[in-house]
Amino acid sequence: MSTHSTRLASRLMVAPSVLVLFVWMAVPLAMTLYFSFRFYRLLTPDRSGWVGINHYKWFLNAPEFWLAMGNTLALVGGVLLITVVLGTLIALLIDQPVKGQGALRILVIAPFFVMPPVAASIWENLFMHPQNGLFAALAQGLGMQPILFLEQYPMSSVIGITAWEWLPFATLILLTAMQSLSSEQLEAAEMDGASSFARFRYIILPHLTRAITVVILIETIFLLGIFGEIYTTTQGGPGSASTTLPYMIYKQAIIAKDIGRAAAGGIIAVILANIVAYFLMRGLGRNLDA
Amino acid sequence: MGKIQLRNVRKSFGDVHVIPGLDLDIEDGEFVVFVGPSGCGKSTLLRLIAGLEDTTSGTIEIDGKDATHLPPAKRGLAMVFQSYALYPHMTVRKNIAFPLKMAGMDKAEQDRRVERAASVLNLASYLDRRPGQLSGGQRQRVAIGRAIVREPQAFLFDEPLSNLDAALRVGMRQEISELHQSLKTTMIYVTHDQVEAMTMADKIVVLNAGNIEQVGSPLELYRNPKNTFVAGFIGSPKMNFIDGAEAAKHNAHTIGVRPEHITVGDGPWEGTVGLSEHLGSDSFIKVNVDGIGVINVRGTGELDIHHGDRIKLAPAGKIHRFDKEGLAL
Ligand SMILES: Nc1ncnc2c1ncn2[C@@H]1O[C@H](COP(=O)(O)OP(=O)(O)O)[C@@H](O)[C@H]1O
Ligand SMILES: [Mg+2]
Repeated sequence: MSTHSTRLASRLMVAPSVLVLFVWMAVPLAMTLYFSFRFYRLLTPDRSGWVGINHYKWFLNAPEFWLAMGNTLALVGGVLLITVVLGTLIALLIDQPVKGQGALRILVIAPFFVMPPVAASIWENLFMHPQNGLFAALAQGLGMQPILFLEQYPMSSVIGITAWEWLPFATLILLTAMQSLSSEQLEAAEMDGASSFARFRYIILPHLTRAITVVILIETIFLLGIFGEIYTTTQGGPGSASTTLPYMIYKQAIIAKDIGRAAAGGIIAVILANIVAYFLMRGLGRNLDA
Repeated sequence: MGKIQLRNVRKSFGDVHVIPGLDLDIEDGEFVVFVGPSGCGKSTLLRLIAGLEDTTSGTIEIDGKDATHLPPAKRGLAMVFQSYALYPHMTVRKNIAFPLKMAGMDKAEQDRRVERAASVLNLASYLDRRPGQLSGGQRQRVAIGRAIVREPQAFLFDEPLSNLDAALRVGMRQEISELHQSLKTTMIYVTHDQVEAMTMADKIVVLNAGNIEQVGSPLELYRNPKNTFVAGFIGSPKMNFIDGAEAAKHNAHTIGVRPEHITVGDGPWEGTVGLSEHLGSDSFIKVNVDGIGVINVRGTGELDIHHGDRIKLAPAGKIHRFDKEGLAL
């Protein structure tokens, strides 16, 4: 398989794609880095020049920034928690032999095929709307005031909507993992006197660790960049209550049209993502070894 | 105390009647082997006893008490699965201790029992490894260790040796027999291999399509098979069956002669040697006998016979006689 000549040949053949990937990644990163030290506002294109680390200082001093940091982590952590816990429970449930299992599974997977802005609109207008929403109707039916979800609990609402979108993904991965558990192991545990909770705790859950790790890693990558759900529903508000780091960067780039500041925000986001990735890999990486 | 009684036990999966109805008594301390061809319902029967499957009808009594509807854990039985079913994320020690932990036994007693089981099974130096780091034979031992620490009323084995290579199988076979002799606990052992059945069992239960064909000690089954199925299944190489005129001479529809009960030299049957296998200790010879057909013969190791030779044979041991339905006369 790996004689000298085949190894050389394989290196030569992957070289172009490695090169393209590298350029693809390095050029935008380098440009972002460059702009993050420049004065560059679209409304005043004639003014330009180096500003040093002023943009970074502005971010670190903006009260909104730390709120956005906290919101970003709350979004990632909240959605991960909800999807992994509920995903495991739902997977356990639909792994049971029931009639119409196929249809049931498709129903459970369905939300994943709904585009983020559409999903967010459905939630905003059909569920959370204070006049027309299902929740408002429920609350009124019970004789209570409708809850103003997007105004009073904006971050929790965004977390809820995003979790709803990502739950099928977690469920699907965890379900396939559960199905790969040999039934003899569960039967052996049953004969060993393990209750159904003990079987879950000592047999099923350890079997799922790798799948849970995969879910956490993949979801984190996507959740750090969540934007559409916020844009469609709360627009980062009220005030900055549901502004996340990506949304804050968007506000600088598109609303304030300050490319320099947005670039600095982008670099901060890259650093945050790397810190998260480092801790995730340190904490969970060994679960991925065979 | 491990007396097990099955009364009129039936099991169907939908329309498939895997076990059409069966009675069986297993005495305390017995080594019982269920043997039969693949798919005849051996595993199903074992799983019924274990409680992993519900009976369709009939009763199962363990130690004099009705256990038909008891959950597996309450039956006091331990099972060794064909795939071993070890818990891959636990060390050998934790695997063996698992049933004790589930029973809420205190830690010191758990350790004591695990150490004892490990020394009996030669696992002491592997206690901190995971199942994935063990060989097939070692995994087998861990599975047995997990069964014996609970001190069950009876052990259930489902083809425990079928994943091992031939040499290891012989060794483990002897270890399990020795374990039975030292523990004196009831063991029910499922296999499709009649050699395992013959060498290990106190009592063999021959199953065919969910029915018990015959129950008896290994030699009883060898000497007096009740029908052609048992006759053909027990004994290796397989018994020769002869129909037609030759059988009519013995007033039977079919006669059976074991390969080891035929002598080479002089005799009434004459034929051409087809295949001859010389093992040193024995020789297995296929002879195309004129007017009868192919006859397998087991001869001494020194037998100097080869393909194409003309030889004469004589039945020299018991001739088994069967009627049209295949029942022994
Ligand atoms: N869960 C099940 N559902 C349907 N048929 C089954 C099931 N388990 C076993 N069977 C059928 O029962 C028969 C006996 O199976 P089994 O007891 O595993 O045989 P053995 O262990 O003797 O090889 C087989 O024909 C098998 O297809
Ligand atoms: Mg079987």
